[in-house]
Amino acid sequence: MFEGFDAILLARIQFAFTIAFHFIFPAFTIGLSSYLAVLNGRYLMTKDEVYLRLFKFWIKIFAVSFAMGVVSGITMSYQFGTNWSVFSDRAGPVIGPLMAYEVLTAFFLEAGFLGIMLFGRDRVGPKLHMFACLMVAFGTALSATWILSVNSWMHTPQGHIIAENGQFLPVNWMEIIFNPSFPYRLAHTLTAAYLTTAFIVGGVGAWHLLKGGKDNIGVQKMFSMAMWMIAVTAPLQIVLGDLHGINTLEHQPAKVMAMEGHYDSYPDGAPLYLFGIPDDETQELKYKVGIPKLSSLILKHDLNAPLDGLDTIPDEDQPPVAIVFWSFRIMVGIGFLMLGVGLFGLWARFRGKLFESKWLHRAALVMGPSGLVAVLAGWITTEVGRQPYTIYGLMRTSESASPLEAPAVGASLLAFIIVYFFVFGAGVFYILRLMNHAPVAGEKGVGKEDGPIRTSGITPAQQVKEQTDMDEVKG
Amino acid sequence: METAGISGMDVVPWLAYAWAGLLAVAVYIYVVLDGFDLGLGILYPFYKKKKDRDLLMNTVAPVWDGNETWLVLGGGGLFAAFPLAYAVIMPALYVPIIAMLLALVFRGVAFEYRWRTKRWLKYWDMAFIGGSIVAAFSQGIALGALLQGIAVEGRAYGGGWWDWLSPFSLLCGVAVVTGYGLLGATWLIMKTGDDVQSRARKLGWGFGVATIAFIGAVSLATPFLDVNYYSRWFETPGLYVTIPMPIIIGAIAVSMLASLRIDHHEYRPFLLSLLLFALCFVGLGISMFPYIIPPHVTILDAATPFRSQIFMFIGACVLIPLILGYTAFAYWVFRGKVDPNEGYH
Ligand code: HDD
Ligand code: HEM
Ligand code: HEM
Repeated sequence: MFEGFDAILLARIQFAFTIAFHFIFPAFTIGLSSYLAVLNGRYLMTKDEVYLRLFKFWIKIFAVSFAMGVVSGITMSYQFGTNWSVFSDRAGPVIGPLMAYEVLTAFFLEAGFLGIMLFGRDRVGPKLHMFACLMVAFGTALSATWILSVNSWMHTPQGHIIAENGQFLPVNWMEIIFNPSFPYRLAHTLTAAYLTTAFIVGGVGAWHLLKGGKDNIGVQKMFSMAMWMIAVTAPLQIVLGDLHGINTLEHQPAKVMAMEGHYDSYPDGAPLYLFGIPDDETQELKYKVGIPKLSSLILKHDLNAPLDGLDTIPDEDQPPVAIVFWSFRIMVGIGFLMLGVGLFGLWARFRGKLFESKWLHRAALVMGPSGLVAVLAGWITTEVGRQPYTIYGLMRTSESASPLEAPAVGASLLAFIIVYFFVFGAGVFYILRLMNHAPVAGEKGVGKEDGPIRTSGITPAQQVKEQTDMDEVKG
Repeated sequence: METAGISGMDVVPWLAYAWAGLLAVAVYIYVVLDGFDLGLGILYPFYKKKKDRDLLMNTVAPVWDGNETWLVLGGGGLFAAFPLAYAVIMPALYVPIIAMLLALVFRGVAFEYRWRTKRWLKYWDMAFIGGSIVAAFSQGIALGALLQGIAVEGRAYGGGWWDWLSPFSLLCGVAVVTGYGLLGATWLIMKTGDDVQSRARKLGWGFGVATIAFIGAVSLATPFLDVNYYSRWFETPGLYVTIPMPIIIGAIAVSMLASLRIDHHEYRPFLLSLLLFALCFVGLGISMFPYIIPPHVTILDAATPFRSQIFMFIGACVLIPLILGYTAFAYWVFRGKVDPNEGYH
């Protein structure tokens, strides 16, 4: 299948494929674990059954997604060595400890408390169970924090020296961890995760509203919560994205040139291109449609500020423009559509039509998976935009790969593609099936139906109590 | 600050050895924890009834993710403290590592998926069995391939992508599969009762005898691998260990096999098999030390400078006890036998 591809290209495709698959799950579970913690907290505070019902509905979906996130993540932690061994050897002294910190502080925390969160409600009592939910939510966010610090260091490296044997050695850990692009990337990516989750939750709510579950308070509650979340985070995300872009202009100008499609320099105000077909051969943007001077206004806050273009960068140091240009437009386009849904939701709520407005529900349903698309598009912009480097300005992608023969990488890539589509396809199918059942009163949790169960030996007092609480609500 | 050779930029031996020790402990913890839950997958074919299979799964459902995290720590720790070793070993073992990762995908998702479908239950059970066996087998092969030596060129792997394949590495693969089967069986003796338990006792016997035989075979083959192991084991001071070692292992093996037959011994077989694995680990350590990649790269060659290693070492010293603490707590929460009737409403 991959004859004629060299080992490096194959390794790149394999890395991009496996990381993109992995990232889909954290993008959802980071937000969902926080949502679950909120639901559980609200339930404990108000004793309102609807929160427990939603908790039990979403935790089953969480369990399946989390398992997929874990197994695809384990692959990632070995990919650096298997496919990018030269990079690993050289960058290891700097990024290795950070990734090991991720394991020690975040992964163990998630994994250690996951079992209690899923199966332990009756065994440890409500307080400890709540604590476990918080630890899982905290663990997922912490894991993103560490890995994003690593990734950001690769984009804006500092705080190291390069030794004679080629290794990057740490000099100042604070400078390494808090490198210039890290705060922006962290804020933008975590917000992306919350938005992604809000859209999925809202999409599921909308689906049930459209299917006639209008009077189900569980459906109402989740839709309403999601619309609040979207109304707050969608505008925030645009602001954060803008700041991220301005910061990138400072540290990785070539990436921004590619995002903007600026092959040429504009000494007195650069246009914002809405459309165009980038052509790297001729170094020009064909069929372009743009708004004069707007790019300078956004990036420099001055209509007439000069902006350099790719003509100032040697060809061999440029990223491939077309991918960056288009993936960036997909992300930003979705960002504004999300804002639209947020405003639409506020307006419908204001008019008291939140659960009636069919068009709002249709919009929310269609936009349900849009967060995942935006997240992937954003990562593609970021990662392709820093090419041809793995460590920006210091180490090229072409000198990072393992000394492997192409057939080895080709075979493993093929195996990953087949296995991932099959296994994760099945998982997505099960998740969609779980989503298709409306959350009902007395929703069974993970342990209460055919599913992984609790171990015996303790009186399920909590369960009895839940039942009485529920009867009270119903009665 | 911008010149090489400033303080903190040298490799410090005690720290490098401490790191190597810590990694060995992490790998040992991984092997015994994930060993028993991969072991359950290996034993799955011997339990045909759905109800028994559900029960087996439920004994590990709350803890499997934590168990597997030790594998991530093994890889991540190697990357952090000995990136050169990580960068040489991973490409050298490309095929078994990728096979292991894919196998772990199958068996990891099986924990969740098999409850979500009736029609496909059979296939996810097969995925669980296949995934567990392939993962265990690949780990054994990786160990064998490491022991038999890896070609190094400059700072990179210098061999081909099938170099790992040899009768010795295959032998190690089978040995690890049977060893994990033993851990799985002794775990089940602790966590279950009645039929499932008595079946586990019988399986424990079979896998136990096989494991001991394979330990013998691997130990006999190792000194003849042409990598200096011979002189290490058969000349003083190695000889002082070589002679008592088989005796101690033999004694443990005998008491474990006996204990499998004693009905009120529910924990002892498991604990004794942990001890058996610990001794094998010590043996491995003796063979390999001071190399991290036999026969070319030593622990000190691969170590990163002080400033890199100490940063994480301090963290590890604080965090690992904490992790062990809450891991123990999770096991304690789910302690005791698993009730076969729960989960059927
Ligand atoms: C729900 C997801 C989502 C949405 C709606 C947006 N983004 Fe984004 N964006 C991401 C999710 C994301 C991301 C996946 O989180 C990225 C990839 C790497 C990163 O740091 O964040 C990203 C990267 C990223 C970058 C690249 C920075 C770099 O590589 O240095 C820029 C400039 C923006 N974004 C700007 C925006 C703007 C102006 C948006 C609004 C209109 C926007 N993003 C919406
Ligand atoms: C935060 C953790 C991440 C790290 C440490 C990381 C690291 C890397 C590395 C080392 C490469 C170089 C290999 C190459 O050039 O192909 C790369 C490329 C790439 N990464 Fe990431 N990455 C991360 C996150 C992501 C995510 C979440 C995505 C999701 C879509 C992604 C998408 C890509 C793509 C598409 C490439 C290929 C670029 C190209 O080769 O043209 N990355 N990344
Ligand atoms: C190359 C980069 C990456 C590597 C090596 C990696 C590694 C891993 C590993 C080993 C796990 C399983 C942990 C466990 O056993 O519990 C995992 C899960 C996870 N990863 Fe990644 N990861 C990478 C990229 C990312 C990125 C970019 C993010 C988010 C910004 C992320 C966030 C998470 C989260 C939240 C989990 C928990 C599982 C889940 O929520 O699905 N990872 N990752």
